[in-house]
Amino acid sequence: MTSSFPEEVLEHVLSFLTSQTDRNAVSLVCKTWYETDRWCRNRIFVGNCYAVNPRILIRRFPDVKSIELKGKPHFADFNLVPEGWGGYVYPWVVELARAYPSLEEIRLKRMVVTDESLEMVAKSFNNFKVLVLSSCEGFSTDGLAAIAANCRNLRVLDLRECEVEDLSGHWLSHFPDSFTSLESLNMACLVSEVSFSALERLVARSPNLKTLKLNRTVPLEKLSTLLKRAPQLVDFGTGAYSAEFRPDVYSSLAGVFSACKNLKSLSGFWDVTPAYLPVINNVCSQLTSLNLSYATTQSPDLTKIVSQCCNLQRLVVLDYIEDTGLNTVSLSCKDLRELVVFPSDPFIGDVDVQLTEHGLVAVSEGCSKLHSILYFCRQMSNSALIQISKNCPNLTCFRLCIIEPRAPDYQTLEPLDTGFGSIVQNCQHLTRLSMSGLLTDRVFEYIGTYAKNLDMLSIAFAGDSDLGLHYVLSGCDRLRKLEIRDCPFGDKALLANASKLERMRSLWMSSCLVSFGACKLLGRKMPGLNVEVIDERENVNSIPEYAPVEKVYIYRTVSGQRFDAPDFVRIMGKDKDAVYNLS
Amino acid sequence: MDLNFKATELSLALPGTEDLPDNNTTTTSPNPIIKTTNKRPSPDMTPTETDESRAAPQPKAQVVGWPPVRSYRKNVLHGKKAEAETGSGMFVKVSMDGAPYLRKIDLKVYKSYGELMKSLEGMFACIIGLYSENEGYNGSKHAATYEDKDGDWMLVGDVPWDMFVTSCKRLRIMKGCEARGLNL
Repeated sequence: MTSSFPEEVLEHVLSFLTSQTDRNAVSLVCKTWYETDRWCRNRIFVGNCYAVNPRILIRRFPDVKSIELKGKPHFADFNLVPEGWGGYVYPWVVELARAYPSLEEIRLKRMVVTDESLEMVAKSFNNFKVLVLSSCEGFSTDGLAAIAANCRNLRVLDLRECEVEDLSGHWLSHFPDSFTSLESLNMACLVSEVSFSALERLVARSPNLKTLKLNRTVPLEKLSTLLKRAPQLVDFGTGAYSAEFRPDVYSSLAGVFSACKNLKSLSGFWDVTPAYLPVINNVCSQLTSLNLSYATTQSPDLTKIVSQCCNLQRLVVLDYIEDTGLNTVSLSCKDLRELVVFPSDPFIGDVDVQLTEHGLVAVSEGCSKLHSILYFCRQMSNSALIQISKNCPNLTCFRLCIIEPRAPDYQTLEPLDTGFGSIVQNCQHLTRLSMSGLLTDRVFEYIGTYAKNLDMLSIAFAGDSDLGLHYVLSGCDRLRKLEIRDCPFGDKALLANASKLERMRSLWMSSCLVSFGACKLLGRKMPGLNVEVIDERENVNSIPEYAPVEKVYIYRTVSGQRFDAPDFVRIMGKDKDAVYNLS
Repeated sequence: MDLNFKATELSLALPGTEDLPDNNTTTTSPNPIIKTTNKRPSPDMTPTETDESRAAPQPKAQVVGWPPVRSYRKNVLHGKKAEAETGSGMFVKVSMDGAPYLRKIDLKVYKSYGELMKSLEGMFACIIGLYSENEGYNGSKHAATYEDKDGDWMLVGDVPWDMFVTSCKRLRIMKGCEARGLNL
């Protein structure tokens, strides 16, 4: 029956399936479907750059237009992965340049990107359109200059929170005068000043520009000049938002903002001068996304703004907003889907900021569509967590960080097991969870029992014994990413659930109780896993096998062990001389 | 209920090595934030080693990567503060009543009021004319005032120089007659 079904029809049908998960499922149906999928799949997502290698990718998918690669584990964001660990994009770029000259899009996250790689990208792909670098490092503004100078059809240059060696702002001037296809430019993470006139001319000749995120050096007084050139903007990030108050500057800015009828998202606001905040009053009701997380100003100023954002779906703000501000959010922002509250002073024990669990409970009560929370605070209670879980049964992402490790319920002094237990029980769609506070093995029992849709779990300073880890690994059927630090989890749970690790993308454990011996055993018994022991101690070779490693990163791979690891990374249990010829 | 803090405690020592006797369990402490350590509390311990004390807000002994806030975000907020305190310059604007434009000076360059006044005289002399430094500026054509951190306008010279430097946000050289109206 399937042999009489024309391939072109099947191809056409498959083209409607864009999600990688769906495509993967489709490719398992039968050989014909596998073949059809591989010939026409042109968007590729690689969640762990070491799980596969370029040759395997290229052999399977001959025609790729868009690729996304992720490198370092998530905890690299918090300096837990030592410098030099890996995640180099260069070897990928070399192969991609050879195999896919018509590649259009590259998206990288937590990878090491060199100027050399960027130059190769700039020169190898004639129709290159989209470059998104998220939390990447290793390149300088020279690399950006190469992209600007050579990518004639570039649409998107998006640098999200990258560590760039900022030699000068001159890179921007490398966009030729004939270049008019820009749709999105995010340079917020850059430090040097770019030529304002070059920037203004670039904006003026980019009629399709929808996203513009400036860096701190663009002064407030110059914003109107830019916005006048781009009233069609949808997503705008200001530079440093401070200046002496001047009525003429104020009214000019207010005027240009009002003219931006398509503006839906605002960010930036470094060093904010509160007197200038109300210029955005007229666009507040248009906004679906507002990022005030650099606006170091007091609650009343922040509250005044959010109270006007009746269509807001995403709010990112500092704890300066306080409980009162969040209460206003709960009354004014009825469409809120995502709330992020960052701490203004993460390293001070006691602060003057009145942000407690009450603010979060208020938002959970007032905003019925809330599905994603990242909240930093200094106190929490089980009763608050239970309330939140009942108010927001549709939560998909819940990340709570109580600043003090192992802080108990501040009212009862009990662990927060029942509170988080309630979250996983009531929020059946929860896919991502980060926990903090005082937690025993009990909470992991709840998680293993109820969190059946959990995809990613982050644990710190929690648990009593291996049982905790065992509950999670044996109970969470859909778990793919698990990251753990400073927990008393050891060999037993890990080895007992070894096969589970092959059904996950990765497991990170640092400052736990996993021994060298267990890592070696796991690496030897499971050829489909790379068990990387990351240990920077000088005497590491003389540490006995039963002693715990500093860090271990375990991930499944079809590529075998990697050979670009530094000396403080040891791939355990693999015969160094055997090269797994799986490609 | 014994929460068995000892079991949850991590140390960098290898398992099986002897722990110090731990007598300071804080399970019964009314203090909402509990921190256990292996060490007995002693009066001459540095703040980073003692158990959590609610005495004064102190920077916490920093655990690597905790709280999970990305470094660029930490730098943004703290960099700003650090700059204000130890920064490379303390530039403040100086306005003179009647002058068409303002000037900016770096207060860090001066060591005393005398030096500051001399410089201001030099800066504005060609525009308006010299003024003399006098107690209360009696009889003087001009008075130097400044806006402090609280937003109040103060007479330059009242507080010790160091205090002035850290609290001065901007300077204004007023006409003497206006200053007298303020009972300066």
